[in-house]
Parts: sequence; C-alpha cells; structure tokens
Amino acid sequence: MADQIKLTIWRYNPDNGPDNRPDKGDEYRPQTFTIPYQKDWSILDALNHIKAEVDGSLSYRWSCRMAICGSCGMMVNGTPRLTCSTYLNEFHPNEITLEPLANFPIIKDLVVDLTDFMDKLRSVKPWIIRENKKDDEDTSSEYLQTPAQMESYYQQSLCINCTLCYAACPAYGLHSDFLGPAAIALTYRYNNDSRDQGREDRRKVVAAENGVWKCPVVGDCTEVCPKHVDPSAAIQRTKVNSAVSWFFSFLKGGKGE
Amino acid sequence: MGLIKFIKSLEPLWWSLFGLGGAIAAFLFPAHILIQGVLIPAGILPKDMLQYENFAGLLSSPIVRIYFLALIVFPLYHAAHRIRMTLEDLRIGWLNAILPLLCYGGATAISISAVVVILRLP
Ligand code: SF4
Ligand code: FES
Repeated sequence: MADQIKLTIWRYNPDNGPDNRPDKGDEYRPQTFTIPYQKDWSILDALNHIKAEVDGSLSYRWSCRMAICGSCGMMVNGTPRLTCSTYLNEFHPNEITLEPLANFPIIKDLVVDLTDFMDKLRSVKPWIIRENKKDDEDTSSEYLQTPAQMESYYQQSLCINCTLCYAACPAYGLHSDFLGPAAIALTYRYNNDSRDQGREDRRKVVAAENGVWKCPVVGDCTEVCPKHVDPSAAIQRTKVNSAVSWFFSFLKGGKGE
Repeated sequence: MGLIKFIKSLEPLWWSLFGLGGAIAAFLFPAHILIQGVLIPAGILPKDMLQYENFAGLLSSPIVRIYFLALIVFPLYHAAHRIRMTLEDLRIGWLNAILPLLCYGGATAISISAVVVILRLP
C-alpha cells in the first residue's frame, strides 16, 4: 500500500447550530482524513486533494499558493502557519491537525471572520498621507528616497496581512480591543516613510490604551510571521517614540497626548 | 472614576518608569546581591564594609541617598506595572477597574515612605 498521511481537520458548519469557539459546542468537531502521502505536497495541496476527491463540503481560503496573498493561514498542530508554504514532509509519518486561526470567530470550517482585523487595519490609515500639499508642490515627478530612507521601513512593508500574528498573540486573545501586531507594524511602516506626513493622524489610535500599551512583549507575533516583519520590535519602538513625544507635549504645557 | 481615567491617560509615564525600573533591577540588583550577598560574606571583600558605622557613613552623602532612592523607587513602579499587566489578564472586572489605582498608588505610597525614611536618616 502506498504511503499515507493522516490529517485531522476541525470542522464547523454554521447551518447546523450556534457558534462556536470558545465553548466549542458539538458543531465544532474533528474529522480525520487519510490520504496518499506525496512528499512535495504542501498542506494546501492536501486540502485541495481532499476537497476534489474526498469531501467537497470542506471550506478554506487560498489564492496565490506562493505565500504572498496571505489567505491560507491556519493552525497547524497548534501553530499559525501559511498552509501553502508548509509541507507534508515536515510532519510525515506523524499526523497533522488543522484548525481555523485562533482568536477569530469561525465562519465555516477553516474560514474565519476577519472583520475585526480589517477595521483595525483601516483605523491606522495604512497609506501615504500628505498633509500640507502646497499648490505649487510638484506632483508630476517621483518622491525620491535614499536607500537608507527606504531601509527604515522596508522590513515592515513586507506584511501580507495574513493575521498569523493575531492568531499567535495572547494579548489579542484576551483583549479583543487591542489594535494588534500587524496594524501597529504597518503604522510603523508608514510613519517611518520619508514621504509620509500622517504620524499625528495615527497617533490617536496607536499611542492609546488599546494601542501599543496593551502589548506585554510576548513576542509570539515575531515568531510566527512568515515575512519576518518583526511586529514585536515595531511595537516596542513605537512605545519609545510615543513616550518621547508624550513627554515633549507634556513639557510644552499640553496635557500630554 | 475620573481619577482612574486620569491614571490610565498617563500610560506613557508608567511605561517609561517600568522600563527604567526594569533596567535598574536587571543591572544594579545583581551587582548588589553579588557584593553584599556573596563577596562580602565570603570574605572576598573586607567584612567591615557592611558594618553599621561604615554604611551609615556612606549614607551621609546626598548622592548615595539619591542613588538608594532610585534603587528603591523605579523598580517599585516596574513591579507595579508588571503586576497590573499580569492581573489584568485574569479579566476580573471589578479588580481591573481599580488595578491602576491599586498598583501605581501602592508604588507611590511606598516611594513616599522611602523618601521620608531616607530624609530622616541621621
Ligand atoms: S505582521 Fe507578519 S504575521 Fe502579521 S499579518 Fe503581517 S505578514 Fe502576517
Ligand atoms: S495561498 Fe496565498 S499565502 Fe498561501
């Protein structure tokens, strides 16, 4: 008999009953599939095989298959990973357990509801803001940057919004108001872009109680990030910047913001 | 409630004290433990350094007093912040509501008593 591999997939069908985690009612249940083992298959390939050949009702998200769209994140044996770039040969002959990303409500099977993340992302205005656009500002040419200027935000610009860091973050798990790793990393990315002038706009959200100050520096976001964005470092640096500007505004006689 | 809101609005201050206290606890506490707790009792450094008159003599200098004050006060705020963060994760509603006051208020009260004690040293 050809080599096989076992995948246990936690399934949830909203039509069958009420939500869901954390109480993990009856409608949230594991189902085990035993499929042929191909050493060059990613977990996503295995899921596509199951959907095509075994159980067409299985739901999950994916698109690019090359770790750039950020939609295929799942809990793989308890750790948030991109399933298109996680391979069966890492686990074989042991089995693999797949769960939907932690800390998010489930829509169906391995598909989670990212509304909360999307709202937070929007709240930090992750785009280049030009405040003082003068009438005579030359918009016909490019904004030139030195390599050093680009270096200062390049690492954080690699984020693909996969939300693995939110699934890994215990602070987000406990306090869903927390702005969270990727949104803060992207704040850092735009604040440090020499073309951007939106730092003040973002400060109200980021330097607030539910912004950087909710982070207890666990560092799991940085561990799981598939793009090496290092959100934890971005958060800690933002804490320093926020504290410094708070003291300055305090000294200037403001009430410290 | 207004008071707790105000305390929470000082978040950058608490975090800065937390960072400073952490650095002091990490770098200076081990040095003190090493000198006062190991090297002197083991006789590697002269034993009379710990004698009352010598220590009291040291403490007569204002710089040494300020040093000891810093050694006590900043790590207190470090501990207060850490305890607050840890207990907040237990999510006990009524406790979380008063935690900032309890933790930073406690650290402030002990700090003030430390100032009083050090000022009243002979
Ligand atoms: S910071 Fe990393 S883990 Fe978080 S969303 Fe961006 S790419 Fe994904
Ligand atoms: S399918 Fe696009 S990141 Fe995995």
